[in-house]
Amino acid sequence: MATATVNLERLVYLTELTGMRLEGPAGESIGRVREAAVIPGEHARRVARFLFGSRKTLFQVRHDQVESISLDRIVLSDSSFTPYHAGDEHLLLDRDLLDQQIVDVNGRKVVRVNDVALRIEQTGTRDELWVHEIGVGVQGAFRRLTEGIIPGSTIRKLQQRIPPNSIPWEYCNIVEPDPQRRLKLRITHERIGELHPADVADIVEELGPAEREALFETLDDEIAADALEEVDPKIRPSIIHSLDDERAADIVEEMEPDAAADLLSALPDEESDRILEGMEDEEAADVEALLEHHGDSAGGMMTNYFLALPQDSCVADAVTQMREQDYLATGLTHIFLIDDDERLVAAVPVGRLLLASPDQPLKPLAFRETVRVDVSADADRVVDLFDKYNCYALPVVNEVGALEGVITADDVIAVLNPDKG
Amino acid sequence: MARLANIRRQLAVFFLILGPGFITAMVDNDAGGIFTYSEAGARYGYATLWTLIPITLALIVAQEMCSRMGAVTGKGLSDLIREEFGLRTTFFLMAALVVVNFANVAANFAGVAESLRLFGVSPLVSVPVAGAFVWLLVVKGSYDSVEKVFLVASTFYVAYVVAAVMAKPDWGRALEATVTPTWIPESAYLILLVGLVGTSVAPWMQFYLQAAIVEKGIDEKQYRDSRVEVIVGCVVMSVIAFFIILSSAGAIWEQQPRAIESSAEAALALRPLGEYAYILFAGGLLCASLFASSILPLSTAYTVCEGLGFESGVNREYKDARVFYGLYTGLIVVGGGIVLIPEFPLVRLILVSQVLNGILLPVILVFTLMLINRKDLMREWTNSGLYNFVAYGTAGVMIVLSLALAWFSL
Repeated sequence: MATATVNLERLVYLTELTGMRLEGPAGESIGRVREAAVIPGEHARRVARFLFGSRKTLFQVRHDQVESISLDRIVLSDSSFTPYHAGDEHLLLDRDLLDQQIVDVNGRKVVRVNDVALRIEQTGTRDELWVHEIGVGVQGAFRRLTEGIIPGSTIRKLQQRIPPNSIPWEYCNIVEPDPQRRLKLRITHERIGELHPADVADIVEELGPAEREALFETLDDEIAADALEEVDPKIRPSIIHSLDDERAADIVEEMEPDAAADLLSALPDEESDRILEGMEDEEAADVEALLEHHGDSAGGMMTNYFLALPQDSCVADAVTQMREQDYLATGLTHIFLIDDDERLVAAVPVGRLLLASPDQPLKPLAFRETVRVDVSADADRVVDLFDKYNCYALPVVNEVGALEGVITADDVIAVLNPDKG
Repeated sequence: MARLANIRRQLAVFFLILGPGFITAMVDNDAGGIFTYSEAGARYGYATLWTLIPITLALIVAQEMCSRMGAVTGKGLSDLIREEFGLRTTFFLMAALVVVNFANVAANFAGVAESLRLFGVSPLVSVPVAGAFVWLLVVKGSYDSVEKVFLVASTFYVAYVVAAVMAKPDWGRALEATVTPTWIPESAYLILLVGLVGTSVAPWMQFYLQAAIVEKGIDEKQYRDSRVEVIVGCVVMSVIAFFIILSSAGAIWEQQPRAIESSAEAALALRPLGEYAYILFAGGLLCASLFASSILPLSTAYTVCEGLGFESGVNREYKDARVFYGLYTGLIVVGGGIVLIPEFPLVRLILVSQVLNGILLPVILVFTLMLINRKDLMREWTNSGLYNFVAYGTAGVMIVLSLALAWFSL
């Protein structure tokens, strides 16, 4: 994926930059670069500050004080420096990036930074240093291990034999856990929210708890909810712990009721009560109804998001209902018909509605026989039924035959493949 | 009723997280450990029993720190070392860990070979089969099921208690010796003492335990229960060691004190006391060796890949995690293969693995202490002054002992 178009002569590695000579306008030596800061709020790539001095007292050179940059020195156009004070909005390449985890949005995974490649960019009469790509492979590791032991020019020759493994800067997302530095998250490339929730979940699993929290802070409720459903059940509670109750309630509200019930049942009672209290009444009631069932029973697997209509409804009624409850639209496979006592009568595949005229009654469109499962049946029974009758959605009924909920195929896959969370 | 419910709830929580601390302590009594304890009993009878108490304390201190660090930071030990000390330090540490763990893996395949030879199985059959079994179990099974298999298997350690009872040791003297420090001015005794410490507190455990705590998703709130489990695990480990020492003290030392060449010899000595004692001892050795041969290569591959930033995990595709699978497979193949070399000095190998453990451990402890005392990482969970005193003391004693062992044995 390396963008190999840049001439190697214009690439400076962070391991080379730290320790590089700073020269004044008259060629006098000023010091050696210790650290470089990018201020993403001003410019996403440009090194805005070069820091030098001692560990205790750092001085800074601004990017507009730099005249030219080459592979062995940085020449300045003036020599007035001010002491450096770390600003919240500064991203320090050595401290904040090197050896830390970043999210590779394109590869959809978490990687560790081995080296940073910067490119010399000519703007007008001055040279600037722009972050080019992040080295995550053996090539970067080789540089780090050999830097200072063998000459830099030899390292450059040798490293060309190692296939590069790097991520263009625009695909890097830094998850910065420190609350004081949270600003950075919003100003780096915010692409995580555009990923598939299952990919976000994989990324979340690989991060530390502080980074997870930081990441969840930036996701909107809906994406956070979808991702949380996909995250390993073992770490879901700790994610919820780390959020405040109000935000947790907002996210749980957006989850499918069955997933929300699974999550809440894994939390201490007081905490799940607080979250339920924070939710809208209707959603909270849906979830609470499911919480009463044992997790390994049909009742524990089912969701109570389904579409049920009186048994004498016609196709047009079904379409109207679907439009009103649009949140059901994704993944809806069947419409269920119930009698006046809410007892299950029939299941109509949604696909058949497309072929029928609006005034066609629903009942003749249904399967001849309606497979159902008792709310207290165990998970094995559910799996058997799905297998035998090739179900997509299995209605769950109580003792008197009233429709309580629906188990969908994804719930069954989760039972069959527990390791994947 | 409320009280009973409370107790039940706590028990449930305990069993829920029963795993990391307990398993780590169980794997700790691996082939090298069993040999060292048998040797201690055969040669010096009850005279080394007193070391078990300080060893347990050191083990608890070392393990508790790693589990706390895992719970608070949510990161593995190799991740933290990488983030705080950089790539170069991590690289050399990981290289050392691979070498040390390689010796440990080989020592455990040697344990498999020895124990199955007692049942008449040639190492040329037992070692390749064990290697393939271990590899498939982890790669094709799931980590959770592997863990469950071993939790059940670890009940097999009761075998040593039974074997010890059948060996009819002098219980009164044994208990007295446990609380009375003894010193025998012989270099062999010193080597043995250091070996006992080296085999009980091993570097790989620090990495494995912390990674397992993180992987279980245990956080600060659940940490209290987790700490109980770590302590219980350490104590159980020492109790098992106690009974292994007693077995060979009863069966060998009570007749005629002598040095033994292998754990198999200790098992054979139990034979006159009853066929079952012999089978139990050999079975315990097999179980322990298999257990450790499964966990060690896996833990090593994880630790190294996490620290150096390679993709890791048995749920990844081979092409995405080549380094991980390569390292894992390599450790098993080469570690098992070396045991098959004719006339290979297996006792020497076990001794070398303990020396290497002993040399690396203080280094790991020092890194652990530097990390755990950092406020920015651990917040209010840093060590207390007294705790630091004990922990640095442990590290100091380990350094002295390891240097002594290295001096005597190499």
